[in-house]
Amino acid sequence: MDIFNLIFSFLYQFGDAFAFLVLSACGLAVIFGMMGVINLAHGEFIMCGAYVSTSAAHAGLPLPLAIIAGAVAAGIAGMIVELAVIRPLYQRPLDTIVATWGISMIVTQGTLIVLGPSMQGVGTPFGSFTLGGYSYSVYRVILMIAAVGTLVLLWLMFTRTRFGLLSRATIQVPHVAEAMGVNTNLIYSLTFGLGAGLAGLAGGLYAPTMTLVPTMGASFMVEAFVTVVVGGADIFLGTAPAAAILGIIKAALTGWQGQLAGQIGLLIAVIIVIRILPRGISGKILKERA
Amino acid sequence: MLRTSRGAASALGVLLLAGAAFGQDAEPIKLGVLEDQSGDFALATIGKVHAIQLAAEEINAAGGIDGRPLELVEYDTQSDNTRYQEFMRRALQRDKVDVVFAGFSSASREAYRPIVNQFDGLAFYNNQYEGGVCDANMIVTGAVPEQQFSTLLPYMIENYGPNVYTIAADYNFGQISAEWVRNIVAENGGTMVGEEFIPLGVSQFSQTIQNIQGAKPDFVVTLLVGTAQASYYEQAGAANLNLPMASSVNVGQGYEHKRFTPPSLKDMYATVNYVEEIDSPASKEFVEKFRAKFPDEPYINQEASNSYAAVYLYKQLVERAKSTELAEIRKVIAEGDVCVDGPGGQMCIDPKSQHVSHTIHLAHVTEDHSVEFPTKWEAIKPYWLGEAGCDLTVSDPSEQYTPSNPPPANG
Repeated sequence: MDIFNLIFSFLYQFGDAFAFLVLSACGLAVIFGMMGVINLAHGEFIMCGAYVSTSAAHAGLPLPLAIIAGAVAAGIAGMIVELAVIRPLYQRPLDTIVATWGISMIVTQGTLIVLGPSMQGVGTPFGSFTLGGYSYSVYRVILMIAAVGTLVLLWLMFTRTRFGLLSRATIQVPHVAEAMGVNTNLIYSLTFGLGAGLAGLAGGLYAPTMTLVPTMGASFMVEAFVTVVVGGADIFLGTAPAAAILGIIKAALTGWQGQLAGQIGLLIAVIIVIRILPRGISGKILKERA
Repeated sequence: MLRTSRGAASALGVLLLAGAAFGQDAEPIKLGVLEDQSGDFALATIGKVHAIQLAAEEINAAGGIDGRPLELVEYDTQSDNTRYQEFMRRALQRDKVDVVFAGFSSASREAYRPIVNQFDGLAFYNNQYEGGVCDANMIVTGAVPEQQFSTLLPYMIENYGPNVYTIAADYNFGQISAEWVRNIVAENGGTMVGEEFIPLGVSQFSQTIQNIQGAKPDFVVTLLVGTAQASYYEQAGAANLNLPMASSVNVGQGYEHKRFTPPSLKDMYATVNYVEEIDSPASKEFVEKFRAKFPDEPYINQEASNSYAAVYLYKQLVERAKSTELAEIRKVIAEGDVCVDGPGGQMCIDPKSQHVSHTIHLAHVTEDHSVEFPTKWEAIKPYWLGEAGCDLTVSDPSEQYTPSNPPPANG
């Protein structure tokens, strides 16, 4: 019985870390992993999703709809940013760092000035359950389900829909796609919007569990970049296994020696992975397959 | 050396508060304000800036300090330690301010303190902190561990039980405060069943919550700093951790009870020298004045009250010294009777440590997140530094000491 509890608690913690890594990283995997834009405003798209979904929930929308509203708002914001700032920079990845960093600072400080230093949260729904002396939050189990669901939906979108096909074609060989009659500008815009929308989804999902402040996006950034860098360019062959491996490392080290050890473990894992797999897990898999 | 000069008025953020009430010749007294108006700490510190503006406006309306107008030179330090160093140098060297009110985190204070020493300036640190700074160039108006923990922990042990778990922010404030908790818990017959340090910026606490449940404490001491770490309360509440909490830093500073949905802060006990809920005539008057000037202020916290009172402490020091020179001001401090009635109670400067005595209020957050005050302790002195051997009236080591690293015995 005790063994069962131990296994369950580890699985719960692993699932919790996995969900956080997947949800923080999905949007970045699209924008940074696929499109090659080093998006330092990723955290601000997350903050946008969190703020919009919380405002919508305060306005009376049911929480699931409010979260979707946050994701849509962040997606639209992403498309506007793509059109106004990112579009001329696709061949200049280093310049995207400066541009998106600037956006990040403007948005953080603008939010502080316009909306004040914090926003009242909505509270975590669904309560808790108890198992073998430990109590667990039900909502965090829902976050795990949402993480897996997001991965499945993304996989279906990229492999089974026309948008997915055109998007992959456009990003792999833009001029050929264009020659075949694809409106590549639109596809770039929609793909960037999808990435920003996924970030907004992460924000909306985590908003009930966190402090809502203009700088909240920053606490997702390390995990998001670490996961995408370890995973490499492909979301399914990269982000998902990277989040699984890092989730195990983080849950085990945090349970054993506390938060500091968990953070250190995460960063050491990245250093090792970059050293032996310079193109991430998916780069390795795809190379072997080819 | 800190005489005021004209001509530096072009400095960024200079706020001329002087009205027409002053004569042409009354040279302003310049007060530098280095506080975080953006970044992770802004939430707790914007109120400090507003409190200083309020006090300056009141003082100028009533004829200034010794007939001279008070002028604020404000810089936004952006929750960034290097900004503190840049702006401290700029304030003391170029703006030639007479006094600086600076700093939220202990890391930022330790970043700028050597610069204040170098220019032999005077800085007020208006924040509760881990204690131990023995420096003649500093006046600390915030409460320190012997004031907050020697009152809080015996109360908690008596009412909830002896087993204590500490979670603390992983930098000098959290580490040294946790050392104080260990010592005072042991002195009161309690047991530490666990301790975890959380890096700043961490926002996910699922595993920490489980570690706490595994250790089965009677209450949790939370020394969390910054807005990211404040997510702990929501997550602990959602996981139904349901343990009483004790803190020297939460509620009074980051007003977590206002920001989170009840009942996530249920049974949080914090020792504060001020929060806006305190039901006294002085407190009510302060809240009224504050809200009249800043109607949108989300919360008037302990640090806002300290900053406000500190301006009046400085006014009294300058008027009694008839000078803004540090040596003259310190002669007045040495007389040992520099006191003001702050919004939370009387505050007097202790000449040995240049820290301040406080009325410590025990704030208890109830299930609906209203605050009640089960008890308070009057005139609690910042005794530790003096007893440990720091005496600024004799020598100025400009050091920060801790219980495990006390001042050298021969003083």
